[in-house]
Amino acid sequence: MITAGIDSGAKNVKAVIMKDGKIAGKAMIPAGLDAKAAANQAYDEALKAAGITRKDVRKVLVTGAGRNDCDFAQGEITEVGAAAKGMHFFMPNVRTIISVGAEEGSAVKVNEKGNVVDFAINEKCAAGAGTFVEAMARALETQVEKMAELYDQSTKEIDMNAQCAVFAESELVSLIHSQAARPDIARAILTAIADRIISLMRRVGIENDVAAIGGMALNGGFIKAVEKELNIRIAVPGEPVFVNAAGVAIAAAEE
Amino acid sequence: MADQKQEFWRWPESRWTNPEIDWNKGKTVTCGIDVGSVSTQGVIMVDGELYCYGNMRTGFNSPDSAINVFNKAVEGTGLTLKDLQFTVGTGYGRINVPFGNRAITEIACHARGANWMYGPSVRTVLDMGGQDCKAIKIDEKGKVVAFLMNDNCAAGTGRGMEVFADLLGVPIQDVGSMSFRAAEEPPPVSSTCVVFAKSEAAGLLRAGWPKEKVLAAYCSAMAHRVFSLLEKVNVEREFAITGGIAKNQGVVKRITKQLGIEACETEWYNKAYADKEFPFDTQIAGAIGAALFGKALFEKGRK
Repeated sequence: MITAGIDSGAKNVKAVIMKDGKIAGKAMIPAGLDAKAAANQAYDEALKAAGITRKDVRKVLVTGAGRNDCDFAQGEITEVGAAAKGMHFFMPNVRTIISVGAEEGSAVKVNEKGNVVDFAINEKCAAGAGTFVEAMARALETQVEKMAELYDQSTKEIDMNAQCAVFAESELVSLIHSQAARPDIARAILTAIADRIISLMRRVGIENDVAAIGGMALNGGFIKAVEKELNIRIAVPGEPVFVNAAGVAIAAAEE
Repeated sequence: MADQKQEFWRWPESRWTNPEIDWNKGKTVTCGIDVGSVSTQGVIMVDGELYCYGNMRTGFNSPDSAINVFNKAVEGTGLTLKDLQFTVGTGYGRINVPFGNRAITEIACHARGANWMYGPSVRTVLDMGGQDCKAIKIDEKGKVVAFLMNDNCAAGTGRGMEVFADLLGVPIQDVGSMSFRAAEEPPPVSSTCVVFAKSEAAGLLRAGWPKEKVLAAYCSAMAHRVFSLLEKVNVEREFAITGGIAKNQGVVKRITKQLGIEACETEWYNKAYADKEFPFDTQIAGAIGAALFGKALFEKGRK
C-alpha cells in the first residue's frame, strides 16, 4: 500500500511517500510566497523519487500551519499527532518529543503505542521558535549552521535578559558593542531558546527517551543547550525535518 | 551617507527652551533624566516650571546617553551640570546617570509627570514606552495607587511600531495619520508577536492591501493589545496617555474608541503654556516627574 504525507510548515513544505511501512521517497521545498505551489512541487518530487505517480497513491493527508494551502490532500491531522506517529516509526522508545520549527515549538508526551498523552505548544511568540535563532544569527552576522560551532567555542556564560525576539535583537546589538565575544553571544541565544522549549517540556513532564525534531533539531548548539540545562541526552532522528510528514503518511495508511 | 538606507523608524529628536524663564533667577534648578531602553529625555525645571528639555534616542550605554541628553537640553542656555541643585534619574538606565543624586522608578515618575502635565484630575495613566507599556492608577497628588505592566513582549510597544514603520517604509511620525486614510477599517492583525505580525503584514501586502490598510490593521492590533492591559486596571477618568505612542493618533484614537473613554487633551495642564503654543512632548512625562521629585528632595534636604 502506498500513502503520502505532506507537512506544510511556515518555512518549508515536506513530503514523504510510504510504501508498505517504508519510506519510498521524500522531498522538501521552501514554502516561499506560494505555499500551494510549493506543496504540489514537494509532492511531485517525492513521487518522482519513489518512481511513481499520483494515481499510485491510495491516500494523501496533510499537516502543518499551511495545511489549507494543500489542495490535493484528502484530509488533515494535527502536527502533534503527526509528530507522535512519525516518532513511533523512527524511534519507538521515545516518550518526550520536542519539535521546533520556524514559527512554533512544542513538547509532546507519547506512550509506547505512539499515542499522544499530553502536549504543550507555543505558536504565539517567536522567542520559542526557529525564526528567533535566524533573526539573531543575522544580527550576529553569521549563519544558523555556524551557531553550533560558535556554541562550542564559548568560554563564558552570559545571560540574555530579553525574552522577546524583538527586544533580544536590541540587546544583542548592545552586547556586540560592549565587546562580548561572539561565541558567548551565540551560546546566550541558544540557551535563551532552549529555556523556552524547556518550559514547554516541563509542562508535559520529561520522560526518557527524549528526541528532537523540526528544523531546530539540526542545530547542534540548541540540542547541547537543552541537554546541558536539563542534564539529559536528546536523540535526533536521521532526518528530523521529515518525521511529521512520515507520521502523516503513516496515519494515511491507518485510515 | 548615500548608501545608507532610510531609517523609517527613526523619530525626530528635539529640544526646547522656555523663553520666559531666566534660570539664574530661579530658587531651585532641578533636573530629571529618563534613560529609557529606546529614548532618553532630560528636563530642567526652575522652581517647578519647565525650563528646557531634550529628547534623544538612547545610545549604547546609559551614562553617555544621560550626558548627551543633558547637553542637548541645555543647548544655548549657559546652564551647566554645576548649576543643578538636584538630579533624579529614572527609566531603565536610572542607576547609570553619572550626575544623578537619586534614582526613582519610572512608574512613580510617569505618574508624577502626568499629574503635572495633565492635571490633578488624572486617575489613569497609560505610558506607552519604547520597550514596555504600563497602566498606572494615580491619586490627585500623582501618587501611584496601582499599576500593571508588560515589559516582556514587543507587542504594544514603540519598538513594535518602529518595526512596522520600517517594514512598510513609512516614516514613524506619519503612521497614525496614514492609518486613517484606509478606505475601510480592516480587522486587526491577528498575530500578537511582532515577528509573526510582520510576516502576516507581508502576506497582506502581497495580497494587494494598500499600506494604509495594513497600518490601520496594525494600529488596531496594538490598541487591542493595550486595551487588554487597561481592562485589568479598571480605567477611571481622567485618562492620560504618555510616552512616544501617545503621539500616534492611529493608536490613541483606536484605544479610546474601544475603551469608550476619551484621553485628556494633548496640551499642558497649564493652559497658559498651550495659549503660547509651547511645544508638547508626551515623551518627557517621566523626566518631568523626576525633576519634580528632585525639587521636593532638594527642598526637604535644605530644611
